[in-house]
Parts: sequence; C-alpha cells; structure tokens
Amino acid sequence: MGGLLNLVLKRLGLGLITLLVVSILIFFAVELLPGDTAEQILGQGATEETVAALREQLGLNRPWYVRYLDWLSGAVVGDFGVSALSGEPVMDVIGGRFVNTLFLAAYAAVLAVPLAITLGVIVALLRNTVFDRVANVLTLTSISSPEFFLGYILILFLAVKNPFFPAIASLSDGMSLGELLNRTFLPALTLVLVVTAHMMRMTRAAIINLLASPYIEMARLKGVSPWRVIVRHALPNAWAPIINVVALNLAYLITGVVLVEVVFVYPGIGQALVDAVAKRNFPVVQAASLIFAATFILLNLAADVGAILTNPRLRHPK
Amino acid sequence: MTKKDKDLINRIAAGAKEGRISRRDFMSYSAAAGLTVAGATSLWGTSARAAPTRGGTFRWGIHDGNTGDTHDPGSYVTRTMIFLAHTHRSYLTMINGDGSLGPDLADSWEANDEASEWTFSLNPNATFGMSGNKVTANDVIASLNHHRGDDTTSAAKALLTDVVEITADGDNTVVVTLLGGNADFPWLMTDYHLAICPANDDGTIDWQSGDGSGPYVIESGEFGVQFSLVRNENWHGEGAWFDKVDIITLNDPNARQTALVTGDVDSVSQIDLKTMALMQRDPNLQLFNVPSAGAITLPMLCDTAPFDNVDVRNALKLSMNRDEIIEKIMFGAATKANDFHHSPAQPYWPEDIPQRDYDPDQAKSLLKKAGMENLEVNISTADSVTAGAVDMAVLYAEHAKAAGITINVTREPNDGYYSDVWLKKPWCLVSWGARPTPDVMYTLAYKSDAAWNESRWQNERFNELLLQAKAELDDSLRAEMYREMAMLARDDGGTVIPFFNNFVYAARSNVGTPDSLAASWEGDGARAASRWWFTE
Repeated sequence: MGGLLNLVLKRLGLGLITLLVVSILIFFAVELLPGDTAEQILGQGATEETVAALREQLGLNRPWYVRYLDWLSGAVVGDFGVSALSGEPVMDVIGGRFVNTLFLAAYAAVLAVPLAITLGVIVALLRNTVFDRVANVLTLTSISSPEFFLGYILILFLAVKNPFFPAIASLSDGMSLGELLNRTFLPALTLVLVVTAHMMRMTRAAIINLLASPYIEMARLKGVSPWRVIVRHALPNAWAPIINVVALNLAYLITGVVLVEVVFVYPGIGQALVDAVAKRNFPVVQAASLIFAATFILLNLAADVGAILTNPRLRHPK
Repeated sequence: MTKKDKDLINRIAAGAKEGRISRRDFMSYSAAAGLTVAGATSLWGTSARAAPTRGGTFRWGIHDGNTGDTHDPGSYVTRTMIFLAHTHRSYLTMINGDGSLGPDLADSWEANDEASEWTFSLNPNATFGMSGNKVTANDVIASLNHHRGDDTTSAAKALLTDVVEITADGDNTVVVTLLGGNADFPWLMTDYHLAICPANDDGTIDWQSGDGSGPYVIESGEFGVQFSLVRNENWHGEGAWFDKVDIITLNDPNARQTALVTGDVDSVSQIDLKTMALMQRDPNLQLFNVPSAGAITLPMLCDTAPFDNVDVRNALKLSMNRDEIIEKIMFGAATKANDFHHSPAQPYWPEDIPQRDYDPDQAKSLLKKAGMENLEVNISTADSVTAGAVDMAVLYAEHAKAAGITINVTREPNDGYYSDVWLKKPWCLVSWGARPTPDVMYTLAYKSDAAWNESRWQNERFNELLLQAKAELDDSLRAEMYREMAMLARDDGGTVIPFFNNFVYAARSNVGTPDSLAASWEGDGARAASRWWFTE
C-alpha cells in the first residue's frame, strides 16, 4: 500500500506543476486576444480618455509579467484575486456556478454510469443479437450528434410538443429538490445521451476481450451460466479500462458542458467562463480554467488508483 | 365572409371594447368567425381598451446579459442591465410610449432664454425602495457627477462634457448650468447611464447596493442569470401593475424563443428575424415590430481616397438597393433610411425629403464625372455588428456591380471590431443604438471635432447649424434647421445608411400593453415591467 501512497503523492506534485503551466498558457492566450478588459467593458462607447482612466483603475498599465506574478503570488496562498469587472472576489463570482455545474454533472453521472455499465454487460452477454445492434446504433447515434442538437431535439419532443419538462433550466432560490430535479432533467438527459455510448462500448469491448481467455473457457466447461460467467468472472478483470473511461467521461461532464448550459440557460461555470473570456476578465478565466484542469488531473489520478485497487497483481507487486 | 360572420365579429369587437372578452377568447372567437390570426390581432388592437389590472409575476427574458455586469450606471452596457435599470431605478425624465418626453423623477423642468441653465423640480413623493429615504437634490447631483470629472470611467462622460455646474436649490430642485445652450438637455436625461442612485456623504454614489427609486425593488439576483424584483409600493409614478418581476438573461435565441412558446417566460426582448414569420402564426403569442432610431451605418472616411470625392460617395449611396436588403437581410423588419442619421422615431424628423433609391445609371455617370469608372473599394464587416452583416455587404457588392463598382467584402474578426476596425478602416459597417434626438446623434458622430466622427466628414454649414439648432427653443425653427442638416448629410456626407432597424420582440397573448410602444428600446422603451399588465 505504501507504493500506492507514493504514487498518489508523486502524481499530485506533477499535477501542481501542470496547473502552473496551464496558468501561464491561459495568461498568454488571454493576452493574445485583441482588446483588453478596459476596451471590452466600455465596448463601442469607449473613448481614449475613459479607456485610459479604466486601465489605470484596473492596473492594466503594468507590464504583463508584473501582472502575472502579482496574480500568481496571490493564487499560491489561495487568493485568486477579484473579478476585473465587479471587484468581487473571484471565488464569490464562480463558486456558486461551480456548485451548479457539479450538481448537473452528478445528476447526469448518477443516471449515466449505472445505465451504461448495465447496458454494456447486457450487450456483451447478448452480443451480435438484434438487441446488441439496436443498443449500439442508438447510443452511437446520440454520441455522434452535437450536444446542442440533442438538446434541441429533447426540447422539441419533451418540452414543446409534450410539455413534460421546462424548456429552460433557470434556477431560483428556495427551490425544492424535486423541482430542481425536474427543472434540470432535460440538460441532465442530454449529457446522459452524450456520455453513455462511450462507457457502454468500453464495457462491452473489455468483457468480450476477456471472454476468449482460457479461465473463462474453464468456467464455461464447469457449467457456470453465461450471465454468471460475465458478472462473476469477466467483469472483475474488466474494471480497469471501464474505470478509466468512466473517469474520462466524468471529467467531460464537468468541463465539456458549455453548449448544454447555453442551450438550457443553465447557470453553470462554463457559461461564466465564456462570459469572462468575452470581457477579458483574466482572474475569472484563470480560476475557471484551473478548476477544469484540476478536475482532469484529479479524475485521472482517481482512475489510476481505481485501476490499481481493482487489480490484485498491481495491488501486490512482486 | 357571410353576414352572420360579420355580425359575430362586430359583437366580439364590441365585447372587447367593453373589456368583457379576454384576448385569448377574442382570438378563438375571431378564428371561429373566419378571421385570420393577423386580422384578429389587428382587430383586437383597435377594439380592446381593457383597463390594466394588478397582479402576477412578469417573467421577462432578455437577449443580452453577462456574468461580468455590475450595478454601476457608468458601465451599463448589456440589455439586461439597461432593462433592469429602468425597472429598479429612475431617471429625471422618460420617453413616453408616443415618443414625447415625460416626467419621471423630475415632475417639471424649465430653461432660461439661452437654454443654458436648466431647472428640474423633483417629485416630492419619490423614495428609494430599499432604504425608504426620499430622493433629494443631493442624490441627483451625485448621480450626475458620477459621469463627470477627470477620473470617471463612465461611458456617458461625453454626454455631460458641456455641463459646467450642478447645484441644489433646496431639497427638491436641481439647477444645471451648461457651457452653451442645449434645448435637448431634458432629453439627454433619459440616457440609460443617468440613473439616479443614493448619494454617499462624500458626494459619490452608492451603486453597489442596487438601491433605486424605480417601480420595483431588487429582492435577489445574480448577474448574467436572473433578477427577482417586487413592486415598490411607494413608487412615484403610475403603473407597475405586476406584483413581481423576474428579469432572466436568455442569450441563446433558441432557448429564448422556446421559453416563450412553452410559457416559461411571459415576454422576450428580441425575436430572431429568421423565425419571425413562424412566431407570428402562434395564436398564444403577440409580436411587436417597432420602428426604432437605431441604425446600421456604412461610414466612408471622407479624408481618404477615393472617398474624399463627393461624387464617389454619392455614387456608392446610389448603388445600394435598400429595398432588397431590407427584404432579404432584415426580413422586412426595418425602416428604409435616406443617408441622414435622423430616424422617423425621433422628434423633428423631416418627412418631405425625397428618398434616395437604387440608381446604378446615375451612379455610373457620377463616377464618370469624377473620372473613377470601374471603381474598386474595400468594405470591412463582421457578423458581430448585426445578424447578417456580412451577407448584407455581399448583397450590396452585387448591387454595385451594375454601376461598374467592385466592392471587396473583408470579413474582420468579431473580437475587437470596434477598437481595431471602426474609425480606422476607410469603410466599414457599424451598428448604432437609438439616441433620443437628432442633436445627440449628430453631435456624437457627425460633428467635425467629435471623437466618433466616424466618416471624418467636415462641413462648415452643417456644424454651424448644429450649434444653432442645439440652443434654439423655437420648435419650428429647429425643425427647419434639422431639415437642412439632413439634406447636407444626405448629399455631401460620407455615410451610407441603408435602414433604421426595427425592434422585434414578443409577449404571450395574456399580456396587455398600451396602444403605442416607446421606440427608445425593445420592451416598450425598456419599461415593459412598469407599463404592461396581465389581461387574464
């Protein structure tokens, strides 16, 4: 187990370096965009005088490295600065948004992960039957369509033609959990459709791969039922690739939902990031990007740890 | 239509007049009587005079909002903030539904003979919704000073550069002294930046709290997402029929229109022109198509060849088929313009100026006169200017071919268009928001020394008239001057103006509205929340 702890610590250290590199890249990417915060805030109504006054106020006159180091020295002690537009602490601006995004991701994951793995096991069992083909075609169709298109289709059939669910997922204070789940059902369902195929097909492939192994043949020869062969004998050895693809999709649920948020007007962090980029609101862009990067790093780490824990050979190296 | 149907329609119309029939019933009876939806809508418009009723929560979807918005009136830029400002704050004056100027916080105002000193007396009943304090002259002075001075970052600074001094005369009277006469000064007070906020002791304003003296008070909200407001029971104005108002940012056109169709919101501030015709067919919706003073302009830099030649400028003005552009790019939702930046939705509009139409032959002969046959010019545009801006330029280039002119359309990046292209490239497409009076528009973008003189046009007579008209308190003399200025801009100026865009927005059919809607902004001059009501 000591090896595992070592690995986690090493990976976390590397993760921090990755985050530093990401922060530098983001800073330069924002710098490269035409126009700065002052011009974007004042928009078409900008005059040279007011832009100069606003630059002075926002500290945009300083050279880029001073501004970056200034931000970095705050960030390492957990102070991500204040929004360049409103002067509120960045965490106040995006904290609530991030919670919303996590909620939607969790909602979608709770529906999608069991659905995908169960489907994967079933189609592995019934491989090359009509059920297998239909499940594959349906899930592949949904993954091949852009999210916003899936969202529009769901809105058309489940909100406009048959008003089961609200078309926009606007949240308000003091909503009950039931109301919240109802309001966010369509965006969650869109995400479920987007991520299910990947996880299901990986589950199916991993299991079918193992079915050719001698120990599976042994199990069959001693008369174990096909269902039990898969769930009891094949699945435990297939967990590693499945966990990997699940982690990847969970990361996608958090970082890839901008379009879904836009289509359903869901106040998540993706929309906040897009707004912040449009206004060159650097502290907010930086904080949101780092949250995304950290999500990827942590979920990848979790996937590796999960793969080790489910594999006795890796758990007890010689 | 049979006689029986006609009788039925007359009876329904009479019922609507007396307020006995709701709009929804009216529409279904009319359909039963053989009227089309469009016909029924216009009949309802002319017959229904139901008195407004109180109650309900008005959910208003706005097409433009950003997480980075703030309550600082100096940095208002998105529609969400502008509409919110007109709902929770108030202004000294307001533009009425019929386009006239009416009182808001100031219940009366008068000028000295030169129009260089304006005295506003405040409504003694006006109070701030959150604190309950009376609105005093000090609040007004601090709010206006927020946009003045060297260190202000307000976008309204240019509007108040002529103000020399603002003083109080007692608690309820504000006196503004101007550098020169400005007969339009009370109109300027309707500018969306000039919202009145509570003053701090040091003469600054408290905009951070979101307190205001408008018809509604903010209960909760998040920028770029949603604001919930409740009625300010002490509001000084008339209206505010809804109990509550939700202002919801719906940037995505599809989400916005779906929300309206499914009844998740009661009104939206913009309808996509491409789907306008489809929305019109839905009996549960009413569409508003209001000519505005906002315009698309194509300014040519008059000090840059070949645009320094007036014949070239006029040839380019003649080479545009405005009707086709309005029909194909704007889907009919625009008012044809005549190359002077003065809209029929503004006061003093000169209606007798002949319309310039598409005439490639005359354009050709003008170019021949200038010795510039087979003219080739570049125009810069981007889709962020307005929906269809690039298509519009391409269509224009096709029109100009008939006059032997080659227009190369350059597509510029959306980002930074107004800092890198506008005022810099010799010819480009620009979108202008509505300004209340011709003086404001001309001073901002056509005066010889204006920072935004986008065509760098210099015309002595025009500039002379501009200053004269500004201080002229006699309306008919003023109108005459604006007519002459319009002619100068049309025949000598450097700006092609294809059209004034209409505001196209919509509400559910159970929303009642006054007969005429203000043309200053979408949503009845951004004041739908205090002017509209539920009919059922």
